[in-house]
Order: sequence, then C-alpha cells, then structure tokens
Amino acid sequence: MRRFHGLYQALDATSRTSRKEAALVAYFEAAPAADAAWAAHLLLGRRGRRTVNTRHLREWAAEESGLPLWLVEESYDAVGDLAETIALLVCRGDGSGSGDGERGVDHEGQLEGLADFIERRVIGLAGLELEAQRALVLETWGALEAGERFLFHKLISGGFRVGVAGGLVARALAKVAGVDRATMMHRLAGRWQPTAEAWEALMSEDEGGDPLRPYPFFLAHAVPPEVEDLGAAADFQAEWKWDGIRAQAVRRGEESVLWSRGGDLVNGGFPEIVEELGELQAGTVIDGELLAWDGDRPMGFHQLQRRIQRKSVSKKLREEVPVRLMAYDLLEEAGEDLRPLPTAERRRRLETLVRRASLPRLAVADVVEGSSWEALADARATARERGVEGLMLKRLDAPYRAGRPRGDWWKWKVDPFTLDVVLVYAQRGHGRRASLYTDYTLAVWNDGELVPVAKAYSGLTDKEIRRVDAFVRRHIIDRFGPVRVVEPELVFEIAFEGIQPSTRHKAGLSLRFPRIARWREDKAPADADTLESVRALMGEPS
Amino acid sequence: MKGDLVTTTEAGLWCEAGGFHIDPWRPVDRAVVTHAHADHTRPGSGRYLTAAPGAELVRLRTHPGAVVDGLEYGERLTIGGVQVSFHPAGHILGSAQVRIERAGEVWVVGGDYKTGSDPTCAAFEAVPCDVFISESTFGLPVFQWPDPEVVAREVRAWWEGNAASGRTSLLCAYALGKSQRLLAGLNDPPGPIAVHGALDKLLGPYRDQGIELPPTRYASVEVAKEVRGHGLVIAPPSANGTPWMRKFGDVSTAFASGWMTLRGPRRRRGFDQGFTVSDHADWRGLLGAIEATGASRVLVTHGYVDPLVRYLSEERGLQAEPLASRFEGEGDGAEEAKPSDPEAATATLVEEAPRAAAVDDETQEPA
Ligand SMILES: [Zn+2]
Ligand SMILES: [Zn+2]
Repeated sequence: MRRFHGLYQALDATSRTSRKEAALVAYFEAAPAADAAWAAHLLLGRRGRRTVNTRHLREWAAEESGLPLWLVEESYDAVGDLAETIALLVCRGDGSGSGDGERGVDHEGQLEGLADFIERRVIGLAGLELEAQRALVLETWGALEAGERFLFHKLISGGFRVGVAGGLVARALAKVAGVDRATMMHRLAGRWQPTAEAWEALMSEDEGGDPLRPYPFFLAHAVPPEVEDLGAAADFQAEWKWDGIRAQAVRRGEESVLWSRGGDLVNGGFPEIVEELGELQAGTVIDGELLAWDGDRPMGFHQLQRRIQRKSVSKKLREEVPVRLMAYDLLEEAGEDLRPLPTAERRRRLETLVRRASLPRLAVADVVEGSSWEALADARATARERGVEGLMLKRLDAPYRAGRPRGDWWKWKVDPFTLDVVLVYAQRGHGRRASLYTDYTLAVWNDGELVPVAKAYSGLTDKEIRRVDAFVRRHIIDRFGPVRVVEPELVFEIAFEGIQPSTRHKAGLSLRFPRIARWREDKAPADADTLESVRALMGEPS
Repeated sequence: MKGDLVTTTEAGLWCEAGGFHIDPWRPVDRAVVTHAHADHTRPGSGRYLTAAPGAELVRLRTHPGAVVDGLEYGERLTIGGVQVSFHPAGHILGSAQVRIERAGEVWVVGGDYKTGSDPTCAAFEAVPCDVFISESTFGLPVFQWPDPEVVAREVRAWWEGNAASGRTSLLCAYALGKSQRLLAGLNDPPGPIAVHGALDKLLGPYRDQGIELPPTRYASVEVAKEVRGHGLVIAPPSANGTPWMRKFGDVSTAFASGWMTLRGPRRRRGFDQGFTVSDHADWRGLLGAIEATGASRVLVTHGYVDPLVRYLSEERGLQAEPLASRFEGEGDGAEEAKPSDPEAATATLVEEAPRAAAVDDETQEPA
C-alpha cells in the first residue's frame, strides 16, 4: 500500500507524461505480482465497488475527530472531496509534512501490500457487520498517513481515479514486459482478474488470457480544420458516424459476447443480438455499433440508453426499443486475426460474411459514396436528418490499428447546435477544480422566466473559470445545499449534439453533450435564446 | 451592538471612544494598523500608529511621506478616552494585536495571527480580554499545520534533489512574511540563494532588526547564471510561468502556502510541489488562541466566518458573532456573501483594487 501510494503521489504531482511513465515502470518493476496486478487494475480504471456507506464514514469521522457532524459537512463543502476531507479530519497530528506527506518521515509498523490491503480492508469491509466495519475503518485510519487515508477512502467508496491515460499504463506495462504496446493492449483486453497469475500471464505470454477477449479498439481523431489536408478523398472509405454504442461482437468456442469500448460486457442489454451471434462461425469478431433501430433509421441515443447496463431486458422493452448491430469491420474470421489486412479487404470479407449469415439484427454499415471532398461534404450535410453524427473516414489501405494513432481513421462530425444561455446556478467542481465554482446550470427564457436547459462543466479556459468563479462568489442570491443561485448576468454560447424530450427536466427536454463554446461577454441576459427556439431546433431530427 | 468599543463603519473597524480606525480600508485621519500586509495597511490615511518592530515595513507599504509612529509591544498609550497597546500576533515581523481598554472593559483586535513558531517575529501572546476579534482564514478543522521543522527539512530535501538532477529550485511564497520565514529556515544552505526584486527590498527591515537570514542576492541576469542548475530562487507566486523564469534554465517549482494542504489548489496551481506553510493560525491554533484570551464574546472576521461562529457558540458556549469586514476573506472556499447579510454582500462588491494588491497575504487563495 505504501509503495502504491508513492506511485499515486508521483502520478498526481506531475503532468509530464515522461515522468508519469517512468514512475509507472519503476513501480511495476519493483512490485510483487499480486500488488502489480491490482495496481494495473486500478490504474486502468476498472470499476471498483463501494464497500461502505459514505454516511457512516462521515459519522465515524465526526466521532473520531470529536467534531460535530455539521462541521464535517461544512468541511466537505469547502474541500469538495469527501475522501480528502475525511483523510484530513481524522489526522491526529501524526507529524506528517506538507500535504500528503510521509516524505522524510520514517514510520514504524508494517502495512500490507496493496493486494492484501484491498482484500482485507477494502473488499473485506463489505461483508462485515456495521460495528465490525467501524472497527476496521478506525484501525485502518490509525495505520495510515493522510495521503494513504485519502486513497483508502477512494477505494472503499468505489471512486478511485488517477490522472493517467489507459494508453500510458499500457505503454509502461509493455515496457516492463518487453513487448510492443498493441500487444500489451490486446493482453489487457477482456475479462481480467487482478491476481498474481493474471499478472504473470500479462508479463509472459498471452496464452493465458480471456478466450473471449476483444481486440483493442481502433479509435478515430477529429478531422483537421481543412479536411482536404487529409489528401485525396478517394483514398478513404466514408461511412456514417453512428450515434450508438461502439462494440465488438466476439463469437468463439460455444460462446458469444458483446464488449463495449470501455471493456465492459454488455450482453445483458442486447440478448437478441447475442443470440443471433450464435449463428456465426466460431472464431468471428465484428467491430460495429449497437443501435436502437426503427425500420430504416436509428431511434436516437435516448432510446438506446434504456438498454444500457441492463442485466436483462423485458419483452416490452424489446418491442419498444428494437436493436441491431451495425457492423463496420471484421477483425477475425475462422479464428484468423484479420487486422493486418487493408480496410478494403476486411470490408469485402465483412460484406460476404454478413450476407451469408443473413441475420435480421446484423447489418453492414453503408459506404457513403463520394469521390471528392465536396461530394462527401454534401453527404455530411444530410447527417442530421438521417439521425447520424456525421462521417467516418477510413483509409482504404490501412490495417486495423490499436488505440488512437493518428492518420488512418478520422471522424468528421456535423457542426453542433448552439444556443445562447444564461448562467443561473453554480456548484463547486471536483478534482483539480474542487473549491472553484466550475459546474454551471444554464437557462433560456420562457415567458419572462429563466428555465434551466443544461448543465455544463467544460469549455472555458482556466483564466475564464477563475473570473466566473469570482463573479459567482460576489453574486450569490440564494443557496440550496451545494448549489448557489447567482444573479442572471452572464451569457454563454453552448454547443451540443442533439435535443431529446425529457420528463425529468423542467424545460421538458434535455441537451446531449452540452459544453460551453464561448463566453458571450458582448451579450446581455435579455439577448439569450428562448425555450421556443430550443423546441424549434428539436423539430429538426436529432 | 450598542455601546461596543469597536464597531464597523464604511471606512473600517472604528473605535469611537478613541477616535481612531483599526486597519481601515479607506483613508481616515487616524489609523491604528496591525501589520503591513496590503489588506490591513492601506495608503492615504493622515497618521498611522503601529507596533514599533513593524513601523519600517508599514512605512514602505503606505504612501511616500506618510506619518507612521511606532509603539513598543506592551507600552500603553492613551488616545482619546481609551488606552491602547500592541501585543505580538506572531503573523509577520511587527504584527500586532491591538488591545483597547476603557473603564476596565478590554477588547482585543487580533488582526492576522498564528500560534506556531516563527523565528522572524515575536511569538503570539494571549492577551486576556472581554471581547476578542478573531480572523478565520483557515477556520475549518481540515487545516492542521505540520511541524514547521519537518516542512523546512522537506524544502531542503526538495532543493537538494533538484540540484542533484541539475535543476534550479524556484520556491514561490508571498513577498512579505512567508519568504523571510522560509529563508530563516534555511540557515546553512546547501547552495546559493537568489531572490526576486519584490522581496529583495523587504529583507532589509528584517536584517536591520537582527533577524538571521542566510545570505541572498538579487536575482539579476548574472546571479541567475550562477544559481542555474543548483541554486534556490525565492519569488512571489505571480512570477511563476512568466518569462522572468527562463533565465534559470530547467526549474522545479514549488509553492509554500497554507492552501497547499488541499489537493485542489495544489494541483490547480500547477506547481511541481506544494509545501504547507502558513502565517495564519490553523483550526487548533484559532481555538487555542481564542480560549487563552478568556474572552466570553468573540467577533469573527475574514475567512470561514460562519462555521467558526457556530462552533464557538454551540460547542464552546461563547457569545460568537460574525463581524463584516473588508479584509481579504474572499479566497478559495472562503465565506461568500449571503443574501441575508447585505452588509457582507456590499463589502465584497466594492473595493476591487485592494484585492489585487493583497498578493502578499494568503488570506486570499491565489487565483
Ligand atoms: Zn496578514
Ligand atoms: Zn488579513
């Protein structure tokens, strides 16, 4: 645990990739197998589970520190992070240095390695009676430094995150194992338990991995500002950019599974597709998009959302939200890895395979015809009415690569919708921006009243965020819990991808992926858009 | 409250019986000031009275030709109908609490204070009183300062580590108080120390009073060449990220502030390292100081006013109340103006300029 905390600090302290990578390599080379496995698991962002009720955690912190509960809450409000707040509050003058620090401080007493620590004090916590939970938490507080307590709280609340990209972790692991990054990404894919055995498999040979594991996904970059800079349009295969869930369908042995891009199994939400996959020959892997599909067009992401993260799907939902897999690549056929083949060849094989299979819920994504950028731009302009997000451009002679390398796959999205909206509520942010007001609720006019239509967290520069923060602090007119009502004075232009009806929002609609495009300091609140104009936009298919 | 010895007016804390303001935020005839930080000492007043060890600093930070009188700690002076004396606040050199007595009733204005040890100024002295006016910059229990000696060792280790890998160490800290305190912790330094111009001119008053600081040189271009790769440079936080830094080559940056105890500000500020060093009292320091005065009534100013007031009332049984002021309580996580408190609301709406000037006091978490 101590070693892992050292790694966490090193990653947290620097934004330089080279230093992060060096810290990762040093850790993985030194850590025992079981600890290294857990570290990789956590750093790759595999979800942990909450093993303790955070309300209890606050109460125990209050008792332990001799503070009234309201003061724990006030502190949390000021700090913006519960794990950190409690880590600081239960500190009993342990003489540690700045911030996290055990730097330069020797401490006596042994602490388990990461794997044993998690086994006993994190996972083990869930199965205990309340009193035993309390006793274990208190004992653990006593054994840890402030920074370690912070990690402990993150682990038991299922909220562990670290500022390191999965690709970087894979690169460091590849270095330690002495293989290339794509190989490591492939080894990491699939179901993977954080055990010493799994670690050994990761480091040595990929034979031991999950037999149903997917290939690392090939991800696209946004096109450059001048799409012509990509070269000749004829070198690319254009497809619609679907607004669904990217997935790999893996059919091997007697089993069929659907993997999401995030590495989750999503079989539960799409049983009829999984069933159809059984018709395919063993040793088939298809890359495509899961879509809610109504006759000849997608139904929109909000319908698909009803299927996501389901363990099972009712008959009613099956009928209301029919789904299909829109296939756009073939990665494995008859057990053979096709990824080195050029796009055009893989496409040819995919078409043949899907045609022969002739399954009602398996379709091949159309190729969008257009031999010039002008023609493709015209096609792209029809994206919104087709219910797609724009175009994908895939270089015809490119292999299927791992991760997000530049050059071969590009996404060319339609221009987003925009609206001018007024800032009405603000809330403190999280992580790096905890304690600054960075979460904004934005509203449009309706009958002389401002109605919230979106929440946005991003889009401003750090400097602008500090200015908005200063404004918020000086213009609070009311408060509800952590929410501050501010005087409606600031106008922002927001961009978003679509509008969907919503019963949960007062405006009766919600925006997809809203973000702040710019601060309209030239506009007064009265110049902001109206709910009517938003509804008019919704009239356009989204 | 009616009959109070100290009240607030448009210009600041006001002692009517003595006919003077304390740390006024507008020019007044007669200003009694607790210390030379910009949010407590503002230019333009007719006369200033401050503790003698801080008089030179106050002179430097007011307008040219300002009339500044110094009064030794503990010495009593009758002004109007009250007796006034200064007592060490332990905040920075010459910082004082102002004791005001009238007909056996004693009020103490704490100004900014800390209870931890600091070789650059006289230690905080608890002054028995009936009413204590306390700051609350770090008035939440999450603020617990580490042992300053441990931090001093960390600073030294950080510097030595950087030197070993050929990097210059750039330590950012407020120019008045914090920088001198950090320097004093670096006696017998492992390498040369250069200082930014903003604090170079503030070192004299310290050395003149016999406070031991290691040798420093103004960070000129030539000196920069000499310290590059192995020396330590001390500068105000505003210098970080500016072209001025370039002359030091590859640098590792650090920031010393009480706010560095929190991860959010630590990461947001973008320094390679944060050291928790504050010239304000932490939670326990505040509670200890308040208790030691024996005051039954406590008025709380700039910082986390509401939680401290509530804690003192409910948990300590004191008569605690917020006192609206325009000291820089507007920092990160600081108390916001509330609709129920129009006084505080206006207090934060005006006086934009001094806020920007107060960069040398950490009551404001630097943006
Ligand atoms: Zn001060
Ligand atoms: Zn102050």
